[in-house]
Amino acid sequence: MSENRIILEVKGLKKYFPIHKGDKTLFVKAIDGIDFEVREGETVGLVGESGSGKSTTAYCVIGMYSVTSGTILFKGKDISCASSQRPLELKRDMQIVFQDPGTSLNPQHTIYKIIELPLKVHGLAKGREMRERIVQLLESVELPESYLYKYPRMIGGGERQMVAIARALATNPSFMILDEPTSSLDVSVQAKIINMLIKLQKEFNLSYLFITHDLSLMRNVATRVVIMYLGKIAEMAPTEIFFQSPQHPYTQMLLSSIPVVTKEEEELKPKKIKSQGEIPSPVNVPPGCSFNTRCPLAKPECFEKDPVMVQVGPDHFVRCNLFA
Amino acid sequence: MTTREASDYSVVNRYVENAKKAWYKFSRNKMSVVGLVVIVLIILSAVFARIVAPYPKHAGAFVNYAEANLPPGWHHLLGTDVFGRDILSRIIFAFRGALIMGVGVLVMVVPIGTVIGLIAGYMKGSLIETILMRITDIFLALPPLILALAVCAVMRPTLFNSMMAVCISWWPWYARLVYGMASSLRNEVYVRAAELIGESRFHIIFREILPNCLAPIFTKMMLDMGWVILTGASLSFVGLGEQPPTPALGTMVSDGAKYLPDYWWISIFPAIAIMIIVLAFNLLGDGVKDMLSTEE
Repeated sequence: MSENRIILEVKGLKKYFPIHKGDKTLFVKAIDGIDFEVREGETVGLVGESGSGKSTTAYCVIGMYSVTSGTILFKGKDISCASSQRPLELKRDMQIVFQDPGTSLNPQHTIYKIIELPLKVHGLAKGREMRERIVQLLESVELPESYLYKYPRMIGGGERQMVAIARALATNPSFMILDEPTSSLDVSVQAKIINMLIKLQKEFNLSYLFITHDLSLMRNVATRVVIMYLGKIAEMAPTEIFFQSPQHPYTQMLLSSIPVVTKEEEELKPKKIKSQGEIPSPVNVPPGCSFNTRCPLAKPECFEKDPVMVQVGPDHFVRCNLFA
Repeated sequence: MTTREASDYSVVNRYVENAKKAWYKFSRNKMSVVGLVVIVLIILSAVFARIVAPYPKHAGAFVNYAEANLPPGWHHLLGTDVFGRDILSRIIFAFRGALIMGVGVLVMVVPIGTVIGLIAGYMKGSLIETILMRITDIFLALPPLILALAVCAVMRPTLFNSMMAVCISWWPWYARLVYGMASSLRNEVYVRAAELIGESRFHIIFREILPNCLAPIFTKMMLDMGWVILTGASLSFVGLGEQPPTPALGTMVSDGAKYLPDYWWISIFPAIAIMIIVLAFNLLGDGVKDMLSTEE
């Protein structure tokens, strides 16, 4: 895996949102300096609680937000600008699937029209070809041809997400951002969507940036996992290592809070660390290590010194004062 | 190509299905059906006025003093005016002007207001939005009737000029309505998605946003129809709009007003006609609102 070409590289990415309180301007530090990369054919799971900045990261990469500082390189080219300034070819190569298919599909358009849009914009099909291509895309997400003239409200939530995936696939992208694609769906259809995404990844040689708060899902899907906390990366490791020997206290806390049923599963989990407290507001990030309010192993220096990223193994990085 | 045929059949089927559902929603309120029936009757009688009206010749410059000021009776159902003209016939012909007024104003006003509202709403926060919406506000601040009076006073008082006058004061309402919808719809995820796919601004405005504004626009059109006709009647009441001898509802009311209360039928029946047409369009508008509402 590691010798594969790097497709997306994020360096020192920061995204601050200004908020005006009276005459003072405060900043929500949604992302506060993160570095990671996505390699060809790989799935990087970006995991974090709400407010950790994972969705903001996705929106910066896709261009919905302009970045405050830092660079985003896609296939070696700097793309740290808003989507309106990006070349059309880039928009073809990079696609996003949103969380809720109930809002990401225009309710006034038929499925045909929805999938037709990217094909039309990028001039990928014309005339009679158009219909064939749309049917073909529907088939690749296992939806029947009879859905062509249905409206999004007439089909189920899972099927709607399939349509959103088909729309993203239409332009033959090499990189796809999945922004919690299953979290608004019933558990019964989640597995179906996930299996579909894995199948499509092999079929079209796609790279995924998978945003989620569901850590247990990552075990089956991701090749590498990136844990975010308050706009910064806490730990980054290949999935297997990540689940076997998590290093950061936050990661250990997250893993031990995954609910399990059997005893064997319980033994697989790292030593029990009780989850305490909640994620602080990104407006008032605590000084020192941002995790110090909840960390069971916090030392006095953790309240003063912000830790730096340290490599603890092959492809395994941790940002914690315990390893400095 | 059996699949083609099958899908075409299902398209037709779907339209039938949708029409049935729409009619069910519309007809749940019996009053809106009454409104629809009245409107259809008025439109038919206006179109076929020559056949329907008992005395078609009375719609023009016709004088017969022998039958002047006759009260309602068998020969003249709604009586006759000071020139001896049949009031019913004149009302039927006056419907033409009223409907032309309503339809004409809306046909001009709705596209202008909608396009301005869409552009300003989608470009919210830009200079274009500020310019468009401030212009809209300026026109909105002018009282419609007084503006219409001023326009008609400067130009010749014809039906077309009074329509133009009403248009000038009417389009800002559509711009405001659509602006409000477009400025919230532009934040919808599907609009964002279309931007990320690379759809042009023009297409985002007209393909993604406009279809989601149509139902409220259409509802407002139906409700406005009555008010435009009423405004037109007010204008013709003060002598602007269709000029004699062509019958206009407002003119008929004002002409008869001089002979109240003795020859009450001369102005009361045209006034009732105005009331019926406005009321019917309002009832129809309510029905359309029910029909286009998303609740099942």
